[in-house]
Amino acid sequence: MEKIRTIEGRVANLRRDNVDTDTIIRIERLSTVERSQLGQYAFEALRYGKDNEVDPSFPYNQPLFAHAPILTAGKNFGCGSSREGAVWALVGLGVRCVIAPSFGEIFHNNCFQNGMLPIILPEEMITSIDLQTRQGQGLAVNLGMQQILLPDGNVIEFEIDARRRDALLEGRDDIEQTLTQDAEICAWQTQDRQVRPWVWLHTENNQ
Amino acid sequence: MKARTLLDKLWDSHVIHQYENGWALLHIDRQLLHDLSGTASLNALSARGLSVHNPELVYATPDHAVSSAPGRDAFTYETGGKLWKRLHNLTQKENIRFFDIGQRGHGIVHVMAPELGLVLPGLTVICGDSHTCTNGALGALAFGVGSSELAHALATQTLKQRKPKSMRIRFKGTLSPGVTAKDLILYTIGRLGAAAGTGYAVEYAGPVVRQLSMEQRMTLCNLSIEFGAKMGFIAPDKTTFEYIKGRQYAPQGDSWDQACESWCTLSSDADARFDREVVIDASEVAQMITWGISPEHVIPVNQNIPDVDDSVDDSVRKARQTAAEYMGLTPGVSLAGTPVDRVFIGSCTNARLSDLVEAAGVIQGRHVAEHVKAWVVPGSEIVKREAQALGLDVVFKNAGFEWREPGCSMCVAANGEIGRPGERIVSTTNRNFVGRQGPGVRTHLASPRVAAACALAGVITGTIGV
Repeated sequence: MEKIRTIEGRVANLRRDNVDTDTIIRIERLSTVERSQLGQYAFEALRYGKDNEVDPSFPYNQPLFAHAPILTAGKNFGCGSSREGAVWALVGLGVRCVIAPSFGEIFHNNCFQNGMLPIILPEEMITSIDLQTRQGQGLAVNLGMQQILLPDGNVIEFEIDARRRDALLEGRDDIEQTLTQDAEICAWQTQDRQVRPWVWLHTENNQ
Repeated sequence: MKARTLLDKLWDSHVIHQYENGWALLHIDRQLLHDLSGTASLNALSARGLSVHNPELVYATPDHAVSSAPGRDAFTYETGGKLWKRLHNLTQKENIRFFDIGQRGHGIVHVMAPELGLVLPGLTVICGDSHTCTNGALGALAFGVGSSELAHALATQTLKQRKPKSMRIRFKGTLSPGVTAKDLILYTIGRLGAAAGTGYAVEYAGPVVRQLSMEQRMTLCNLSIEFGAKMGFIAPDKTTFEYIKGRQYAPQGDSWDQACESWCTLSSDADARFDREVVIDASEVAQMITWGISPEHVIPVNQNIPDVDDSVDDSVRKARQTAAEYMGLTPGVSLAGTPVDRVFIGSCTNARLSDLVEAAGVIQGRHVAEHVKAWVVPGSEIVKREAQALGLDVVFKNAGFEWREPGCSMCVAANGEIGRPGERIVSTTNRNFVGRQGPGVRTHLASPRVAAACALAGVITGTIGV
């Protein structure tokens, strides 16, 4: 996984609440489109109008914001379906950091599996970011310092779980790390087979 | 000893290694795989040269991308056929039990797993599907994950998770006749809002829950994620044990007695403290239906769509306007009487035998309105067979419904089964998001009873008080 240290660039804003992962990427695209091509299908329902015309008010349809690596969003962003393709589609669009007052929990988890930084900030701080960046001015997000540098020189500090921060900084993959604990896992399982034998189904049940 | 919540008991008993700050390495007792995320996770594993840690704890079935057309096979929906083939081949290779189309045991993953006794009280259960919370009805710690986390669990039989906060929702009073678990949970989401459960594990409790059947409890837990709660569960009781006993994968003999003894300890201690407590009076709940594009946009069937006047704050007003516009509705007026184009009875929310019995009770001897296209998609092969044995297929077909094959069908619309832009569909499913049932499609969530009543009337209506 790619390491994240700093993310610098323009800010697209989509400040509506409860944007669900179906809206971020349609399920049909996930079964028909390669992961690397999903970016062009992100936010389909918002990018196009009723007659499939391009909606110029949608930020990713505007030349200034078409490649903005930072997205400001509303409450409960990424709620709904667990589809990890929602994060893949945003990555495909060029997004590396989403700033919102709150996130859907599974989406939030999925971000960390894919080198995407989700930042939680209060509404009013996000509004001040939007006000300062609406002409295309850039932000600089420094993950190690947990700071966002605003165009006016002010700095916003943000909170992030230390374990998750370090995993993003190191581009760390949990699977490799957990596999090193396999002896501990197997010992736990051996004991559990005695304590809760009914949990452990045998292959003969499986025919 | 400190009083413990059910969450504490479920959580603590699976901790293999405790890290700092609430993080733990949790043992996972069951993984359920379906044709979208299951296939993706097995592919990811295989690409890294890893194999499945405990294949005997993993179960697979194709549900999302299969056609529900009568007489279908795996390739009736071609894209789904490719996914089916990959899931089939990868599970064979990994020695994972695969419940195939047409076999006893096939079905929507959250319908077939409890039905076969694969989900038991006290188990940790995951699936690459947000409605995994359904399985919490049996007293399991069940939650949805993305395909990367699922791959982690397949490779290690564990997940690294941070312990959620605890919330208890107590339902007091009694449900009125004709009002179901679906109405109860929709009402709750309307009261609390679509993000109220984020970061919490929700325990449903109180006298109303105790009186719900297992299938109704599954409907209740199913919608936990629709107010943000990744997990929702109910302490197991006699109803739970009676439901499980004798199922294919349930423990038997001495093992059953030993399991029951353990399961009896799975409840919150009387003086346990929760991070948030909510009390809902079930007596106030009417038959509910959603009018907008979030499950929190919900009203009693006989009430008006909320207004967008100055009494609400700006962001709520804007959200309501956007929702009403997408849905082709006018704020402040009655929703009942609005013509509907289609009715869909199905999904992991409401496609179990008792749901079909309820709907059939409404339509028995009557016929759907001429302009309405109505489908019933049973939740599993077992549900289908049991319903047919009761003659429900004939009741539905005589009433003008299509009786179809089990799968997710129009709930997820990943199988070619979608509405046309602008179509209004009353659906017993769980999500009314923009485009969920196809681009431009307008979805109204309701119970099987209400959906059946809408199919007959051809307009939005309920079976009581409308």
